[in-house]
Amino acid sequence: MAIAAPLASRPRRRRVSEQSRRSSLISYLVALVLVGLMLAPVAYIILGGFRSNSEITVDPSGFPQAWAWSNFGDVLASGSFWTQVLNSTIAAVCTTVFVVVLGLMAAYGLSRYAFRGRAAVYALFTAGLMFPLTVAITPLYILVRNLGLTNSLAGVIIPQIAFALPLTIIVLVPFLAAIPNELQEAAAIDGLGRLGFFFRMVVRLSLPGVITVGILAFIASWNAYLLPLFILNGEASYTLPLGTQAFASQYAVDTAKVLAFTSLSMIPALVFFSLFERRIVGGLTGAVKG
Amino acid sequence: MAVLREETHTEEAARGSRRPAGGGASALPPAVPSPRARSHWPKRAELLLLIGPALLVFLAFVILPVVLAAYYGFFSWSGYGAATDFVGLRNYITILTDPAFLEALSHNAFIVVMSLVLQGPLALGIALLLNRKLRFQSLIRVLIFVPYVISEVVVGLGWSLMLQSNGALNGLLEKVGLGGLATDWLSDPSAAIWTLLVIITWKYVGFAVILFLAGLQGIPDEITEAARIDGASYWQVQRYIVLPLMGPTVRIWAFLSIIGSLQLFDLVWIVWGQYVAGTAGTSTMATYMVANGRNSGSYGYGNAVAVVIFLISLVVALLYQRFILRRDSAVTTTGGAH
Repeated sequence: MAIAAPLASRPRRRRVSEQSRRSSLISYLVALVLVGLMLAPVAYIILGGFRSNSEITVDPSGFPQAWAWSNFGDVLASGSFWTQVLNSTIAAVCTTVFVVVLGLMAAYGLSRYAFRGRAAVYALFTAGLMFPLTVAITPLYILVRNLGLTNSLAGVIIPQIAFALPLTIIVLVPFLAAIPNELQEAAAIDGLGRLGFFFRMVVRLSLPGVITVGILAFIASWNAYLLPLFILNGEASYTLPLGTQAFASQYAVDTAKVLAFTSLSMIPALVFFSLFERRIVGGLTGAVKG
Repeated sequence: MAVLREETHTEEAARGSRRPAGGGASALPPAVPSPRARSHWPKRAELLLLIGPALLVFLAFVILPVVLAAYYGFFSWSGYGAATDFVGLRNYITILTDPAFLEALSHNAFIVVMSLVLQGPLALGIALLLNRKLRFQSLIRVLIFVPYVISEVVVGLGWSLMLQSNGALNGLLEKVGLGGLATDWLSDPSAAIWTLLVIITWKYVGFAVILFLAGLQGIPDEITEAARIDGASYWQVQRYIVLPLMGPTVRIWAFLSIIGSLQLFDLVWIVWGQYVAGTAGTSTMATYMVANGRNSGSYGYGNAVAVVIFLISLVVALLYQRFILRRDSAVTTTGGAH
C-alpha cells in the first residue's frame, strides 16, 4: 500500500500510460479466466446444493431451476453436522494455540540463545519437514492406540501439533532473529531479563509470523484427512472431512444433499483464509528468501 | 518494508561471517547474544523451558514413529500384542517384487515430474500477474487461492461427482457439441492419471503461487524500478531481473512439491478409493501402504512400506540438496529460514 501511493502520483507521459492501460486490460482478462477456472468446480458444488436430484440427473451441468434451500436446511438441521463442526473447531483451535505457543518458545530459544547443539536441534526440526504424516501414520496410529487416545480428539491434536512444529519454527526463527539487539539492550537496562523480554516484547513483535503459522496450522487441521481417518472411528468423534465423506457414502443417491453438505463444510476455512490472506504471504517472505 | 528487511539481512550476514555460528544448519541465523553476561545455570533452565516442550512432542510423535516403523518392518505382525514373528527382510523383498507396488511407484514418479512441469510455469505466471498493481487485487488473490484452502475431501467429492460418466463435465461437453470428447474420466485407465494431474494442479498450484508471491515481495522495488528507468520493458525486467532472483524460491517450492508428490494419498483415496485406484492406474505408494497394511491387518508389512517410502523420499531429498539446493548458500533442504 505504502508503495502504491507514490507510484500512482508520479507524472507519466501519455504514451506510457496508454501502453500500460492496454497491458493492464490483458492482465484483467487473464485474471478473469484464471478465477473462472479456479472457481468452476466450487461453483458446481455450491450451485448443485441448490438443485434437486432429478434436475441433476437430467442436466448435470445446468443451473438451479427453482433454488431449493431445503438441502441446506436439512443439513443444518441435522445434529451430526454441528457435532462435526464442533469437533473440527476444537481440533483446529487446540492445534493452533499449542503450535504457536510451543513454536514461539522454541524459536525464541533457537534464535536468541547461543548454546552448544543449537544447530543440531534446529536441523532436527527442519528435517521434520521432509517427512510428512504419510510416512509415520502406521506406527503413529499404534503409538496413539497404546496411549489409549484412539477415537478421541486429543489423539488427533497432539500428533498434529508435532507435525506442524517444523514449519512453524522455520517461519518464526527469522522473525525473532531480526528483532534488533538494541531493543533487547534497552529492555535489559529497564530491568527485563531474556524471559521477560520474551513475554513483554517478542510475542508482540513477531505477530506477523505468528499469524501466518497460526492460519496455516488452523487450515491444515481443519482440512486434515489421513490422521483422523486412522484415529477416529466413531461418528461422534468425526471431524468435518470424515463426516463429509461418511455423509457422501451414506446418501450416495442424494447428490444434491451431498453437495449442500460439502458446500457448508468448506465455509469456515474459506472465511478464515480470506480474512488473513495478505498476512500469510507477508509472513512467508522471510522464510523463502534465498 | 522490503528495504528494512534487506538491511537487517545484510547486517546479519556481516555478523555471521565474522563469527560463524557452530556449523551444521547454514540457514540458522547466528544467535543474538544476551546483552548481559549471565551464569550458566539459569540460562540452561530457561532453554530447557523454552525448547524442551516442543522438542519432546516432536521427538515423541514425529521421530519415534519413524524409528518404530523401521523396527516393526522386520516383523510379520497383525498389530495386536507384541511383535514376535521376526521375518528379517522378507517384507521388503515382497514389496520390491510386488508388481502393484512398482506400478504405484511409477505413478508417483510420473506425478513428481508432471507436477513440476505443469505447476511451476503456471504458478510463476500467476504470481507475476498477481504481483502487478491491479484493482480488486486482494479479491482476485483470495479467489485464486480457494482450491488450495478447501479440504481434500471437498475437492475429491466435488471432482468425482463432476467427472462421473454421467456427470457435469460430460454433460457440458455434450451441450457445446463436443460430446465425442466425453469419456469415463475416472475409471478409464488411459485418462485417469491425467484426471488426477488436473485435480492436483488445480488444488496445489495456489500453494506454489503463495510461495512465489512471498519470494517476489522479497525483491526490492528499487532494483526493478531502476531497470524500468533505464528503459527495460516489463517483460525484460521479469525475464532478466525478477526470474533470476526468484531462483531460490522456485528451488524450495520444487523440493516441497517433489516430497508432496511422493507422499500423495488423500486425493487418490477420496476420488478413487482403495480398489478403483489400482484398476484405474492412479494408485500411489501411500495408497498401497494403507491398502496392504492397515486395511489388510498386516501392520508389519505396512510399516515396511512406510520405511520404503521414507527411504525413497530421503534419497531424493539428499540428492536434491546435494545437486540443486547447494547453489543457494543460505538455504537448507527444508525451506531455508533466511
